[in-house]
Formats: sequence, C-alpha cells, structure tokens
Amino acid sequence: MPGFLERIAGKLKSYREPGYYTKLDHKWTMVIDLDKCNGCEACVVACYAENNLPVVGKEQCEKSRAFSWLRIERYVEGEYPDVKVKFIPVMCQHCMKAPCETGCPVYATYHNQDGLNVQVYNRCVGTFTCATYCTYDVRRFNWFTYKWPKPLEAQLNPDVSVREMGVMEKCTFCIQRIRSAKDTAKDEARPVKDGDIKPACSQSCPTGAIYFGDMQDPESVVAKLAKSPRRYRLLEELNADPSVIYLKRVMGDGTSSHE
Amino acid sequence: MAPHHMSDNQTGNAISYKEVNDDVVRTMTETGKWYYIALAGAFSGFLAFWILPWAYQIYKGQGVSGLNTPDFWGIYLTNFVFWIGISHSGTLLSAILFITKTPWRRSIYRSAEAMTFFSVATAAVFIFVHMGRPWNFYWTMPYPNQRQLWLNFQSPLMFDVFAISTYATSSMIFLYFGSIPDLAAVRDRVTGWRKQVYSALALGWRGTDSEWHWLFKAYTFFAVFIIPLAVSVHSIVSWDFALSKVPGLAKTIFAPYFVVGAIYSGSAGIVTLMIIFRKAMKIEKYITLNHFDKLGMLLLVMSLLWSYINVIEVFTGWYANTSAENETLIYRMFTTPYAYMFWLMIVTNTILPLLFIFKKCRTSILACLVVSLGINVGMWLERYLILTTSLPRKFLPYMWHDYIPSWVEISMTLGSFCFFAMLFLLFVKLWPSVSIYEVKEDIGIPMRRGGGHH
Repeated sequence: MPGFLERIAGKLKSYREPGYYTKLDHKWTMVIDLDKCNGCEACVVACYAENNLPVVGKEQCEKSRAFSWLRIERYVEGEYPDVKVKFIPVMCQHCMKAPCETGCPVYATYHNQDGLNVQVYNRCVGTFTCATYCTYDVRRFNWFTYKWPKPLEAQLNPDVSVREMGVMEKCTFCIQRIRSAKDTAKDEARPVKDGDIKPACSQSCPTGAIYFGDMQDPESVVAKLAKSPRRYRLLEELNADPSVIYLKRVMGDGTSSHE
Repeated sequence: MAPHHMSDNQTGNAISYKEVNDDVVRTMTETGKWYYIALAGAFSGFLAFWILPWAYQIYKGQGVSGLNTPDFWGIYLTNFVFWIGISHSGTLLSAILFITKTPWRRSIYRSAEAMTFFSVATAAVFIFVHMGRPWNFYWTMPYPNQRQLWLNFQSPLMFDVFAISTYATSSMIFLYFGSIPDLAAVRDRVTGWRKQVYSALALGWRGTDSEWHWLFKAYTFFAVFIIPLAVSVHSIVSWDFALSKVPGLAKTIFAPYFVVGAIYSGSAGIVTLMIIFRKAMKIEKYITLNHFDKLGMLLLVMSLLWSYINVIEVFTGWYANTSAENETLIYRMFTTPYAYMFWLMIVTNTILPLLFIFKKCRTSILACLVVSLGINVGMWLERYLILTTSLPRKFLPYMWHDYIPSWVEISMTLGSFCFFAMLFLLFVKLWPSVSIYEVKEDIGIPMRRGGGHH
C-alpha cells in the first residue's frame, strides 16, 4: 500500500512540473513555401495514393463530400479579364491547441507525444463534433463504406488501414512514415535525423515547396525556414497554434501575398 | 352541488370529490374509436417516418442524409435541441409553480411533466440518429473496461450525456412521486389486469398522515433539485455550440439564450398540448380558460425576454465587425431562403405573442392555439437557423457549402412528432393524466349532506 501511494504521489508531482503538458518527444512541423508552389496538385494525388483515400465521384463531390485530406484552395480576385488567381494548399494544421480535441467525447482525437493531432478510427463514434469545431474544415467523414473497383484494390497502401463507414478521418502527416523512420532509427541506435521523414505530399512536390521536420531540433530545415520574415500561419488570430507554417508569396511588384 | 368553493378555485366550477375521481378514471378506462385511430396513426407514422428511414441510414451510412463537409449538424441536431427545449417547461414549470405555491398549476402539471419526459426521450433518440456509428453509443458512458479507455471530460458532448441522463431520470422520478396517491386512487376503482398493475405502481399507498408527510418532503426536495438542473441542462446543450470557435455559434450569450428559448418553446408546447388534450379528453372543466390566461402571461414575458436576447445576439455579432461574423449575419438575415425563415421567426416569436397583452386573446382558445403553434414553428426555425447558417459559412470561403436536407432527414423530423404523439397517447390511457388529489385541494372540503343550503 505505501508503495502504491508513493507511485501516485510521484505521478502527481510529475504532472505539476512546469512544461509537463507541452513537453514533447518531437514537434513535427510542416513548412510550405508558397513562392515555390505552382498549384499543380501533385501533392493531392500523392495523398490519395498514400493514404488509401476513396475517390467518391462527381455526385458526391457536388455535395461537398470529396475526400481530399489535402486540398489546393483557389481564390479568384477581380473580374475577367483583370483577374488574379491565388491558391494555397491546406491540410490538417495539427494545432497545438486544437479545437477538435476538446470536442470529442471519447478521445478518438487527441494529441500524441510527437506533437501530432491524431485520430483513432476504431474509437470514433461519429458525433461530428471535431469536424464542426475545426476552423480549417479539414476533417473528412466516411459517409458510406467505400469500395475500390477491381483491380484498384491491389494498389492500396498496406501500411495504412482502410476506414469503415461512420468514422472521421483527416491528414496524419503520414504517421506511418514517421513511425517507420523512428523504428529504423531505433534499430540503428541513433536519433531520427532531419530529412529521414518525407510525407507523401512533400515527396511528390515537383518544386520542393513542402518541407517537413522536427521543430525541436534547431538545426532542422523547418526550424531555420520558420525564422523567415515571410512566415505566417493560417487563421493565426484564432489562437489554435497550428503546426503548419506558410511562407508568403512574393508578387511581381515586390509585395507579398498570403495566398 | 356543493355550494362552497375556495376563493382560489381555478376550475371556476363547483365539482365534487367523487366527480374528480370519476372523470380521471374515465379518461383511462373508457376508450373511444378515435383514440385507437389516433394511436394507430401515430404508431404507423413512427414506424414509417422514423424507424424505416433510420434503418436505411444505418444500413447505407450517414451519406443518405443531406449532411456535407462544413455542415455536419443539420436537422438532426436542430430536432435534438428543439425537443430538449420542449422538455424544458413541463418539469421546470411544475417545480417552480410548486415551490411558489401557485394554485393554477394543479390540473395541468401532470401532463406537462409527462410531456417533459417524452420529449427528452425523443431528443435522446436524435443523438443516436445523428451519430455515425450509433451502435457504439455506450462508449460515451463511463464504464470500467479492460483497455482502460476513458472519456474526455473536456468535451461539452460529455457534459451533455450526463446532464440529459440526469434530467431524464429525475424528471421521471418527479413525475412518478407526484402520481403515487393518484395511482392508489385508480387502483381502488378498477378491476382486472388494471388492478394488478396499479397495485404494484401505487407501492401500497394507504393515504396515512405520515405517508402524505413523506411524500410532500420528497416532492419538495425534487422540486428544489430540478430547477437548477433544468437550467444547467439547456446551458450545456448550448455549450455544444458555444464552446466551438465557429462564427455564429461561439457566443457567450448562448447559455441564457437557450434556457430562455427552451422555457419559451416548452410553455408554448404546453399550451398547444393542453388545448388538444382538454378537447379530446372532455376535461374542459379542469383545464379552464383561467389556465390559458396565466400561461398566456408567461408566454408574453418569455417572448419579451427571448426577443431581447435575440437582439443582443445579433447586435454583438454586428458590433464585433469581424468578417466571419458579418458573413454569418448577412447569410442568416438577408440571404434566401434563410432570410424568409429568419423574419418569419421574428414575426411568430416576437410580434405575434404581443397579442397576449390583451386578456381577450389570452382567454381565447383560437388565439392561444395560433400563437402557441406559431411560437413552436418559430423556435424550431431558430434552432435550424443557428445550425444551418453558421456551419456552412466558416472561416475559409473555399469550403463554404450550403446545406439542403434530404428526404431521410425530413421524414425523421415528421417521425419524431409521431413518436411523441404515440408516447403521449399511451400515457393518457395508462396514467392519471390530471392530478386527482391536487385538483381536490382546489375544491374545498365537502360538507355534510343537507348542510342547510337546500
């Protein structure tokens, strides 16, 4: 009994250490250089292929049920012919103070030790609260059980589960790649190096606009890029502390633009 | 006829004790053709409009509804909030009027409390309807399990689970406690299977002095317990929305707004239900115009309160002057089809109830029916507007998408009314729906026969 009490007391003490809740093993961060992005949507296609996203067809897309975890948002300014088209890739921002995490009644979405906002498909009961609270509209719901027509089921990624009807899902920062890189590093008895992990979108980007790495490592590429004067975060005023950092596009006239 | 009745006699007629027993037991034992027709209608409506579409939705997936990516909460949550709102008056009103010793409570409170319980039941089913995997609903309950999975107590939905289950349980107990002497009175008058059922339900009530004493104590306890509970339940329902960051939902005024709205729509629900109930059961002498007069005053006050908060809600949104708030307000108030709904809501909830300033309108059954139905429509629209004009207009315009309900959702909305009607119809046959002993308190003590008045 005394041992048990001591264990509880020790645990309580550790919870009260300053920074306990914000101390993470890694803080995976994505930096997107909008100056390099040409809106080709290769990242979107790569995401579909990597994460076993179903293609839902025209009818469902019209109902705003397209499955893309990652989307290129397009905004058109002005009237033809004097138009400016702007675009920005948006995926789950992995907010450090995520609104979705407080909404879920069953902890199907929570923050893990890598600073990721993760979704447990098996735990999800489908109350939609996370998607409603999400300020970036990045959560996708399995409205039906989707099937892949033959022979497309053969191209499914074996590292990623196929979700069933009634659960919520979203961008995971390719957590399967993060896990495998960490496993390899562990086998080789070394820490994860910067550049070990490349999410599908980053890997497929022809201009190399998407960078990925650990913000806690001051030598990493993302940590250096994050100091750029062009840095901003999407809807930063909402105070959700997102982990995706955008670098503004420099326009022809020398001004910078958010999209 | 006994010539003496007390000055606070709300029924306004001279009624004898025996008559009360006869009348109430008659509502339970004598069943006409129309009752069976109504019950069959409600039951088949419940099956056809609710159970079958729901089975279809469970089989195919939530995709058969009109829900889409920004608006994940459409009519289902509208109906949930609407029915929780309807539930808010019965028990709350009954408890407040009991504590303030208001005499006109006596003949209406039983059916009002039943209304509470049945509408909570209807609302609870809508929680399951809107879930993606309703068969896993028990995961939202705190139960010990081997995988040590626990609940997220930060989640307003979690608060909801506890608040609503507590509210349903305590309003059921409140209803039952208040009915025990009446169940005994029914037990003493019926035969056959009814005798056995009511003997069990009456818990051996004999009407001794100490039994009355303890019943009164317990009843008072529950009345005091239920008032803060009811207020907290609807505050928590509002937090489902207000604890988000969505423009149009994240409003600090939502908790009082929802509580007032709930009492408002619930009182209107009571008025509508009482009009139908007294007509169908032929108990006009117990639920009199005097009751409608008092309920009308209540509706008028709630209408003014509701309108005030509604104005404040719009004003603070407009005054904040952020682009997201402005977009939501414009979408709600000046964009078709929502503008029609919004201004119709203002007419039915703010302008029409002003009729109740006049006593003539408060004591006219037709006016009461029109206004109370109008308020119910308006309050349903209010909840619909809250959900369908804020979620489709969130922060990133690229994802804006309008919400159009599918036939499944509309059908289940109709089905919920059938379900409620079915439960209430069963209730009036199986339960003394007018409080026998409390109506008698109104009548005064019977005098010895031939007491000098003939």
